[in-house]
Amino acid sequence: MSKQDHAALADEFNKDEPRVDWHDKTLWFVREKRDKAAQKVPEWEWLRDTASKIKDNVLSNLSEYLTLFEEQATRNGIVVHWAADAKEHNEIVYGLLQRHKIDMMVKSKSMLTEECHLNEFLKEKGLDVVDTDLGERVVQLAGEPPSHIVLPCIHKKKEEIGEIFHEHLGTPAGNADPQFLTHAARLHLREKFLTRRAALTGVNFAIAETGEFVVCTNEGNADMGAHLAEIHIACMGIEKLIPQRKHLGVFLRLLTRSATGQPITTYSSHFKRPRPGQEMHIVIVDNGRSIQLGRKDFRNSLKCIRCAACFNTCPVYRRSGGHSYHTAVAGPIGSILSPNLDMKQYSDLPFASTLCGSCSNVCPVKIDIHEQLYRWRQVIVQEGYAPAGKKLAMKTMNWVLSNPSVYHTAGKAGRFFMLNAPFTVNNRLNPWWKGRDMPEVPKESFGQWYKKNRK
Amino acid sequence: MRVGLFIPCYVDQLYPQVAIATLNLLEKYGCDVDYPADQTCCGQPMANSGFEHLTQGCNDLFIKNFAGYDYIVCPSGSCTLHIKDHLHGSHGQEAADPAMGIRKKIYELVEFLTDILKVENIEASFPHKVGLHQSCHGQRGLKLAQMSELMAPPFSKPEKLLKMVKGIQLIDLARKDECCGFGGTFCVAEEAVSVKMGKDRVADHLHHGAEYITGADMSCLMHMEGILRRQKSTVQVKHIAEILDSKE
Amino acid sequence: MSSRDKILATIKNNQPDQRDLPAITPPAAGSLSDLSRQFIEVLEGIGGRAYIVSGWQRIATILKEQYTNTHRIVSTCPELSGLAEVSQHYEDPHTLENVELAVLEAHFAVAENGACWITEEKMIERVLPFIAQNLALVLRRKDIVPNMYEAYERIAGAEYGFGAFIAGPSKTADIEQSLVLGAHGPKSMTVFLLDEEMSDAGYY
Repeated sequence: MSKQDHAALADEFNKDEPRVDWHDKTLWFVREKRDKAAQKVPEWEWLRDTASKIKDNVLSNLSEYLTLFEEQATRNGIVVHWAADAKEHNEIVYGLLQRHKIDMMVKSKSMLTEECHLNEFLKEKGLDVVDTDLGERVVQLAGEPPSHIVLPCIHKKKEEIGEIFHEHLGTPAGNADPQFLTHAARLHLREKFLTRRAALTGVNFAIAETGEFVVCTNEGNADMGAHLAEIHIACMGIEKLIPQRKHLGVFLRLLTRSATGQPITTYSSHFKRPRPGQEMHIVIVDNGRSIQLGRKDFRNSLKCIRCAACFNTCPVYRRSGGHSYHTAVAGPIGSILSPNLDMKQYSDLPFASTLCGSCSNVCPVKIDIHEQLYRWRQVIVQEGYAPAGKKLAMKTMNWVLSNPSVYHTAGKAGRFFMLNAPFTVNNRLNPWWKGRDMPEVPKESFGQWYKKNRK
Repeated sequence: MRVGLFIPCYVDQLYPQVAIATLNLLEKYGCDVDYPADQTCCGQPMANSGFEHLTQGCNDLFIKNFAGYDYIVCPSGSCTLHIKDHLHGSHGQEAADPAMGIRKKIYELVEFLTDILKVENIEASFPHKVGLHQSCHGQRGLKLAQMSELMAPPFSKPEKLLKMVKGIQLIDLARKDECCGFGGTFCVAEEAVSVKMGKDRVADHLHHGAEYITGADMSCLMHMEGILRRQKSTVQVKHIAEILDSKE
Repeated sequence: MSSRDKILATIKNNQPDQRDLPAITPPAAGSLSDLSRQFIEVLEGIGGRAYIVSGWQRIATILKEQYTNTHRIVSTCPELSGLAEVSQHYEDPHTLENVELAVLEAHFAVAENGACWITEEKMIERVLPFIAQNLALVLRRKDIVPNMYEAYERIAGAEYGFGAFIAGPSKTADIEQSLVLGAHGPKSMTVFLLDEEMSDAGYY
């Protein structure tokens, strides 16, 4: 696959300015809802700090907590599987379905399965997977990946969703009423829940102490799938652990307020034992996380609880859309997770930022996202993934700025051209000039003025 | 107190009036100010582009120029933050590194006025509607003002100073501290998003009736000015130093 | 070496230095005079309904007003045997598909977010609180805790196979952020707060 580039994709996205405005306002609205919810919790900053410290403890004892979780979950009757990478994860899931002679499954939201491209894998094997989260179902029917980890079809207007449902669910053409469309989806997906024998869910939190795991949804789709299925498969990244059940009292207060501004999701379902007669499986997935754990500068990214607060606040994400990041988890957190998976493929992402720092300050677990973005830039350049033109420009800049006399000459020359031959800079070759006028040129630099007037 | 004046490279070349206003302000409040003639740049454009390993030349030059002062003052939040966070000498040992001393005594202009000089009175007049742009590095990095992301008491050092100026009317904004989109080389590497962010910032100020947009970072203002002038707007940008130094 | 062993070995090798767990007692908040008032306010804000009732008789009266005998009502509460199927078990959870209303007892509720905690043994079948078109939960008015910290203090080490916090009706805002109630789970959610000290004549 040829290398995709955020800047180019964002440029495309920005060709439709009203749409960018709509996308930006919609997501800023979610950021504002988060602010209102956080304001109602006087101990909000204490919660963030506590959650951050709990996750620090988890990372420093991860192997012990994973072993404990496996022990406890097994004791509870849950079958625990380990997958080193996406391929193994997909094969484990496929193997379980094959064993039960199942070829149709319902799936609730799991960004991990997006990362592993599970749906495509199973489709190739002839299996049918229906995504039951409404937003995910919309993008599934549209043949697109989700653009946001919490609001999968936030990039789609209701008219577009109406068209998709008209084509695939038979709703009347032109109907774009959210109430009507949601009800149509309710009926359509209810039939899937009632007829499918396998359900796959994600895992929001896995508790080491008790061997249980928690799945949070507003729609109830994870539960509708799991409680009717003969086999429930839950997929989790190694970093989704928390030590004790009581720590949920911290995380469940932060998660949804950070994500959507609600005090809690409608359903926070705690799965500890399989239903009598049911099989419950959990697949613990590494897929590069253990490598990230060893990167001192980047391991904090593993504290992420996938709330997407960083997406909603990011002025760049809001104006470029999730698909511009060409990765399963987009936004600021995606830009510090993805280079670990494939540095070449995702070398553009840490640069898709002004380093404004807003993300780090809405993050409920205090990940130093903007600082990691800066550090990833150094690594990516050192590993040789900077474009050749940029390298040359930087070397030149270094030479100029390390030598005062060269700097002064260059400054004078630059101002001379801007003043006397403006066409040399006011043209299409100058990317600044596309959307902005150049600054006015002063007669002299400050250095020159100071020399004349003060020395 | 002996103050070394550190002027960002693009301010030196393109906005000398900002540097002059900074100099005037510092002298007005009793500082003995010197401008080392051999200064060039803090190195941030290279570092933020992933080329921090190329900045030793800039670092050495900076240390050479500024080691001897009681304070270093700079009319730019982002340049000040970069020096504070990233300046290092070429000798390795942190304890003996002269860069560490510099990091402790470098201040952005606004915070220097409020925290060190403890200015309570400004003899300036600027009877206009002014929008304050909270440049990100100064605000979130140097803590010049409270950020909207945190649930914490509000404060603003630039606002505190601006409110001392006679006749000034500070306008409200819909988004008080959203980034303008300049972002260093981002402004050309991600040109579409950068310009869109700038247009949105400018629109917020225009919508609320600003005649001037001010801030503590000329880079943000240069970017917004470019957009304003492209729109043939009469709204102008003015660095906060210029407003605080404006004559009665 | 199995994947499990490889993964655990790499993790063990790459783990950062020990960071201790923090204390998780939240800073003292002002005491809330009436938790049920806050609970009801939040619940109504998320699309739920609440009644403070003196007893089961009241609940039965209210439900009879809202549901006819063509609706299938399922409950664990023998007090409602006049209008509901009272059963402890269903062989096949799929047969609960046409339940119009499920009336179940919850353990306690949480004021800060309008959620009720209910475990498997009070659900009859795990799917019931989700598959019913409407859900009603009954708990004692005094069994409301301020926030999730107290909630987990209360749950402590309790044994359950499945438990859930349920906060209001099922919902989605996936279509252009328009809130719609009744995504896949129940379209409505009602909480009855039993307060034996209330006079029989009144209900909220």
